[in-house]
Amino acid sequence: MTTQIEAPSLPVPSEPPERPLQAGEDEARHDEGRRTFMKLAAASGVMAGLSGCSVSLDEFLQKHFKELKGEELKKVLARLEAKQKARWGQSVRIGTEAAQEGVEFGYGLDISRCVGCRRCVYACVQENNQSRESPQIHWIRVLEMDKAHGVDLAHAEVYYDPATVPQPGKFYFPVQCQQCRNPPCVKACPTQATWKEKDGIVVIDYDWCIGCRCCMSACPYGARHFTFAEPTLPAGELNPDQHYLGNRPRPKGVVEKCTFCIQRARNGRYTACVEVCPVGARKFGNLLDPESEIRKVMETKRVFIFKEELATHPQFYYFYAS
Amino acid sequence: MAQVDVQASKSLAALATALALTAGPARAGAPPSAAPPPKKAPLVQVQATTPPFSDGIFPCSTCHDGTQKVKTERRKLDFHDDQQDVLAHGAERWCLDCHDAQNRDLLRSASGQPIPFTESYRLCGQCHGDKYRDWRVGVHGKRVGMWNGEKTYFLCVNCHNPHTPRWKGVKDEVVEGKRIVSPTLELLQPEPRPRRPEEMRK
Repeated sequence: MTTQIEAPSLPVPSEPPERPLQAGEDEARHDEGRRTFMKLAAASGVMAGLSGCSVSLDEFLQKHFKELKGEELKKVLARLEAKQKARWGQSVRIGTEAAQEGVEFGYGLDISRCVGCRRCVYACVQENNQSRESPQIHWIRVLEMDKAHGVDLAHAEVYYDPATVPQPGKFYFPVQCQQCRNPPCVKACPTQATWKEKDGIVVIDYDWCIGCRCCMSACPYGARHFTFAEPTLPAGELNPDQHYLGNRPRPKGVVEKCTFCIQRARNGRYTACVEVCPVGARKFGNLLDPESEIRKVMETKRVFIFKEELATHPQFYYFYAS
Repeated sequence: MAQVDVQASKSLAALATALALTAGPARAGAPPSAAPPPKKAPLVQVQATTPPFSDGIFPCSTCHDGTQKVKTERRKLDFHDDQQDVLAHGAERWCLDCHDAQNRDLLRSASGQPIPFTESYRLCGQCHGDKYRDWRVGVHGKRVGMWNGEKTYFLCVNCHNPHTPRWKGVKDEVVEGKRIVSPTLELLQPEPRPRRPEEMRK
């Protein structure tokens, strides 16, 4: 979306470089004719482009989320909501709640409690309108590891499938976006479609993402996921409580990831994975509030961060409560 | 490492505030540099509904109505097989360590203080002090609701069967509009494994 194609109504910012004139050619006439030609070409190019991929002019010219303000933002949200209504037959609300002052989110995961039941994986899918089957997208991946080896990715299995959990000799290590303070994905993005918010959540403007997947190769946690095919989300399973930077349904060809359930967290609620966890292994709260659960974890438990040597400085902590 | 950085930035912020303060009257008109404290909703904590008793067992005073003689010696009972068969709570535990001998509708602390069933965590906390401390600040156990407001906290007995406290699994049901979590004696089944990329290509 960053490639600036000039729409007919927009002023031409600067003249394209001149081609040297042929001998005997009428300068003025050539110049005028060329300009008209360029305008027509641009106009027809845009129209051809738009008719080819069913993108309206409004969508095509939509600004980056950070530049959307007031009426313009309202119009964009109304259009996005109407589009969902047409597709799923359901009224939705797309929020744009900003980061709260004095809040820095922190997440704690108790490795000594997790039993690997994957309830979090599917609660996340439901809450965040992920594609269900083909392509199946999971923002949380639970790794089964050997107690004998400790946290070692060489001995990790994501496709474990026993009848019951936990299995003897195994422990379980869920991985999702670590909301790094020094996020490699943000540095890798060529279009600034992903950035870190004040409360620590790394977000994506899905309408600004060009799907180049540079962020995915930059992320050391495998936390970003690409929609290779048209997402599958059956009618009736759409979560209508949405955030522009969070769980609104993504189009094909963009990158998505965990946002600490931004649509919940920014309204004071626990994330979906925290609420579903049957062992209470997941803790979430404000790192700047000394009374929060996450601060009590940081102060009293053995806490570590995943791939510390990469200096990504996550806001996601693993800990052992016992 | 991350922790160190947080602390470093905090002490920097403190230093900056101190410098701003020492600048004194010259800066009196300037707006305060510190960010306003976050708006905090009043902390309301709601206790989760305790799991249901076994069918027809409560109130205990229906049978233990004070007419029978109370025998307090440790023994195998001819009744309460449901509880006795699964009892695996330390080596030497038996009924009247926790249940009140005089009023069976109550529990009883080691010091003889009566404790209602809805406050059983006080009884558990007598021995499991470390877990009790963690649970009170939200590190052990589960809470749902708002991270900065009203939240529901689960009790020991929502996840641990007091007669067989080792955690195996929980089931979640809605009874009369109330969400009730109770412990089970079976291990949990995991949700389906993710699909492999080659399975999605088909």
